[in-house]
Amino acid sequence: MLELKNVHKVYRVGAFGGGRKRAVRDVSLTVEPGEVVSLIGESGSGKSTLGKMVLGLFRPTEGQILFEGTDITTIKGHAARKEYYRHVQGVFQDPFSSFNPIFKADRVFEMIRSTYYPGVSDADWKDRVLDALGTVRLDPDNVLNKYPHQLSGGQLQRVLIARALLLDIKLLVADEIISMLDASTRIDVLNLLSDLKERGLGILFVTHDLSLGNYVSDKSVILRKGAIAEMGPTARVFENPLHPYSRHLLSCVPQLHRTWAEVDAELAANPPEDVELPVAPDEESAPLVEVEEGHFVGINQG
Amino acid sequence: MTLRVNDLKVYYQTLRGDVHALDGVTFDLADGEIMGLAGESGCGKTTLGKSLIRLDSRMKHVGGTIELDGKNVPIADEKAMVPLRYHEISLIPQYAMSALNPTRKIGRMIKDLMKARGVDPASIEDELHRRLELVGLEQDVLNRFPIELSGGMKQRVVMVISTLLNPSLLIADEVTSALDVSTQRAVAESMVEFRDRGFVKSMVFVTHDLSLVYQMADTIMVMYAGHVVEKASAKTIVNEPKHPYTQMLISALPEVGSTEEQGRLEGIPGKPPGLLDPPTGCRFKDRCPLAFSKCSERPPLVEIEPGHWAACWKTG
Repeated sequence: MLELKNVHKVYRVGAFGGGRKRAVRDVSLTVEPGEVVSLIGESGSGKSTLGKMVLGLFRPTEGQILFEGTDITTIKGHAARKEYYRHVQGVFQDPFSSFNPIFKADRVFEMIRSTYYPGVSDADWKDRVLDALGTVRLDPDNVLNKYPHQLSGGQLQRVLIARALLLDIKLLVADEIISMLDASTRIDVLNLLSDLKERGLGILFVTHDLSLGNYVSDKSVILRKGAIAEMGPTARVFENPLHPYSRHLLSCVPQLHRTWAEVDAELAANPPEDVELPVAPDEESAPLVEVEEGHFVGINQG
Repeated sequence: MTLRVNDLKVYYQTLRGDVHALDGVTFDLADGEIMGLAGESGCGKTTLGKSLIRLDSRMKHVGGTIELDGKNVPIADEKAMVPLRYHEISLIPQYAMSALNPTRKIGRMIKDLMKARGVDPASIEDELHRRLELVGLEQDVLNRFPIELSGGMKQRVVMVISTLLNPSLLIADEVTSALDVSTQRAVAESMVEFRDRGFVKSMVFVTHDLSLVYQMADTIMVMYAGHVVEKASAKTIVNEPKHPYTQMLISALPEVGSTEEQGRLEGIPGKPPGLLDPPTGCRFKDRCPLAFSKCSERPPLVEIEPGHWAACWKTG
């Protein structure tokens, strides 16, 4: 459904835009319907840039982003872009700044109606809103007619997902959507993503937290300095991390029932299979090598 | 006993009335103990950390006492607190990265700070260099401006500065939250190292991340809506929590290796009560599956096993 082919993004940096910073380096990946793909990386790994390019907020410097076969950079004009956003929507990190505090939170539903469904009758629309709220497991009495400050972060985040569901959505870009939520409500939003997956939605889940990426996703992509370090089925990447950077990351994540020392000992006792990492022929490309079916490792950037 | 907090009440004054952010908090902290202070946003953990060192103008000390090394800590008395601050009680603030003066080089800033506290900067210079080396920083950072350092480096600089006078108590407020996982681990491990070498006697480590405090703390205290819910050794809190809130909180955390297919984790329905006009009795009762009639009275914090304290009628 979504396919990224050798995507690069180079930012101009510095006072006069004279410097160059390669934020995304030669990334290729796919998202199928009903699949959750986690993009995991530390700050500066290019994970958010990738999400924003898929949402059409930035243009890739090189490479193609195909959505159902069409290159999204060729989508021109208001009507065509509107049509794209009917199928592809994003939800972002800070739910409080996603809403205009002056208006009631359910105004976001009205905006969708006036933009996309001006012909729908009041009663019909109300049913659709209630249906979407039911899907995200919100009680309409608790959220309709309320201002954003009266709702919790988890509720706001689910209102935004409900808003996306009112459209004919096929791909959701979820950029760090739970990192600002409290531990007790976080899991509800994660469970919701997995419900949506059952309905055939493709989800690009951008996160810095390995344990969250692991809980919900089918495929994990670990990014380092803009390039893919390791990519594969989530279970394989976490059980059998092959890239030195993935192993390092896993050893640093604080875990609830195991101490760092225990994890270190375990990783040391299970040295990785001897994998030859690919070598980049130049500064720009980042080739991958398939180690087992669907499990790739990328270049070593030290 | 380094620190003894007894029935501490601190309210925030607002135009609509007092917000009961800390409502009767009691705990002890032993010599050499690193205590993780965990809880959701708005539970009062940061307020507690701040109350131990400086009340800002909105905060009002309503009742309770704090004792450090046997001496009373007069938190409501701004003047009397001055000699204690930094010498005895020190703080690594939340967002320590923006705690450094951007217009001064690090070395110059440290000198100013020492003079302001009546300490001759030359007398601590060797120790400063030794400690910078210990956290993996070169002496060269003293000649740099904060903007030239990365987030993890700034965090470590603030850590060294905060502990330079060997305070008895260090309050670390969400010090690792803004860092990447690998830097997070390095910072957390050097904090333990500081305790082991005796640079600080004991530490309160405020965080929302239970899995992180489990890595480094000796004990964990969980707070909910201004009350202490449970305090025990880190292992006990994570493996055998007794209070229903702690149990639900721990079971809502996904772990590396747990997937949705293996078993769906459940969140805690509802949200914490507002503290402007808090409910009487147990503050968790509206979200608690075990709540019964007695929960309208406030459960006392009792020691159910040696070193394991919980405030719940069902665990007592």
